[in-house]
Amino acid sequence: MRFGGFAEGVAADSARQVLGWILLCKFHFIAGSLGERGCDRSSAGRQPDAKREMPMRWIARLGAETLRLLEVSGRYGLFLLNSLWCVATPPYRVAAAVRQIRFIGAHSLFVILFTGLFTGMVLGLQGYYTLTKFGSIGFLGAAVALSLVRELGPVLTALMVIGRAGSAICAEVGIMRNSEQIDALECMAIDPYRFLIEPKVAAAVLVVPLLTCIFDVVGIFGGYLVGVHLFDVSSGSYFQGMYSAVDWLDVRMGLVKSLLFAVLLVWICSAKGFFLHLERDGGFGAEGVSRATTSAVVLSSVSVLVWDYLVSAVML
Amino acid sequence: MSTTDEVVIALTAVEKSFGSQKVLDGVSLQVRAGTTTVIVGGSGQGKSVILKHMLGLLQPDAGRVEVFGEDLARCDRRTLQRIRGAFGVLFQNVALFDSMSVYDNVALPLRERTGESETAIRQRVRDKLALMGLEGQEQKFPAQLSGGMKKRVGLARALVLDPKVVFFDEPTTGLDVSRSNEMYRLFFETQKQLNYTAVIVSHDVPKIFKLSDYVALMAEGRLQGCLSPEAFQLSDNPLIRAFVRETMGPIYSSETEEVPRHETLSS
Repeated sequence: MRFGGFAEGVAADSARQVLGWILLCKFHFIAGSLGERGCDRSSAGRQPDAKREMPMRWIARLGAETLRLLEVSGRYGLFLLNSLWCVATPPYRVAAAVRQIRFIGAHSLFVILFTGLFTGMVLGLQGYYTLTKFGSIGFLGAAVALSLVRELGPVLTALMVIGRAGSAICAEVGIMRNSEQIDALECMAIDPYRFLIEPKVAAAVLVVPLLTCIFDVVGIFGGYLVGVHLFDVSSGSYFQGMYSAVDWLDVRMGLVKSLLFAVLLVWICSAKGFFLHLERDGGFGAEGVSRATTSAVVLSSVSVLVWDYLVSAVML
Repeated sequence: MSTTDEVVIALTAVEKSFGSQKVLDGVSLQVRAGTTTVIVGGSGQGKSVILKHMLGLLQPDAGRVEVFGEDLARCDRRTLQRIRGAFGVLFQNVALFDSMSVYDNVALPLRERTGESETAIRQRVRDKLALMGLEGQEQKFPAQLSGGMKKRVGLARALVLDPKVVFFDEPTTGLDVSRSNEMYRLFFETQKQLNYTAVIVSHDVPKIFKLSDYVALMAEGRLQGCLSPEAFQLSDNPLIRAFVRETMGPIYSSETEEVPRHETLSS
């Protein structure tokens, strides 16, 4: 069972043909009825030809845009299936995955520590001023920990990894596509999904949840620093509030989110580079790579936020 | 070099359009085992597009591309991989992996496609690099090499698995005369040694004729003739005649050429 190359082509072609046929039927039907109406009017000498063609052009454009959208969705969907299939089945590219773990994970560690610490500190600060208004300062630990474990940890970690590693992944794969290196791989009978994409997906799936855990722990420590050392919250009340409010379901939600975000970010960023040559506005040269990288970062960041809401809505 | 009548690659009425531009309009060609087939023609005529169809990188809009008897548009991924396993390709821009050293570039096909030990791989890579005159360059990166050296590394990578068919896309473009001659010498020697079938896309006429068994001209979306170099030069086909006259005739014979410099200066 493989989803690449031939299957991809056949699936895309069949989908295109069926949809093309349906849209063509609809188009002919609408065109026919519009034409008839137009004929009636033109025979009465009221409707010029240009005005009659306007809605037809609009419908044709709508059809073409719909087909393009479906084609792109199919292409990206098959890319994801192919990549996950390669990760799940041997041969495993352990050495390449370790290199990617180093790049996506170890090299992002400093950024994660830094952002995690300051996020926790600002949560401690804001939480302290808000909770003192209600006289519930004992909930500071719970507020900081729940915000981090459920929401901010997974989301901010994913956004940081997108900014640091996602953009680099897109640029790397895009340049390889532009300079025919991916074509060269295919011509050498080396599967580019297995060679290029699989190690990145495997590394992201392993590393992003781990980075999220580190973000959470450092963030909780940041909140502790501000709450306990800067203000007058007692250490016991900070940790006791956290222990009583955070349960396994919250941690699980954070891990599920981080896993999903890992797949999302590596999927979008690598697919944007991989299909650079098929971009509508031309994916050529340095400008093409820069455009693809920008759109990969924007699209994956927005996707992370949208899916964050959806997963929260389902799991809460 | 032994040649047989076995057809390795067969293109039948292949058509391909990019947007509204029809690049291939019924291209037919047969490449026989052990021979060297050269596709010549002006820039932008679709020579490289034909090559990409043979490699299965592009699918034809109509017509068939058969390699080793398999229709590339219909075969599954595994069969395509198997067919490509017998290919070696020298791309126009060489397409070396720019983040890998010369050694790793040449070793990659061996590492990925054979189960050989690193010691055996090292030996084979060194042999191929020595054959190309690239000893001592193993640890350099492609960006540190000259154009001619890149082409030779590309050729070493294309030949490292002893392929049955080797595709050359403009092998001498951008090289000076001596580097071009060096590439032709390497091609001649390696083909004699490995006995591979070669498909060359080039516009280095007439030099390329010396190496070819068959020459075809890409013009007006079709391949005009697939003839021996001698027959090609004597062909009655008006397009081939015009091409031969233009590329091999006296310099500045045409009124469309620019005015010679000395005339401009004297006037």
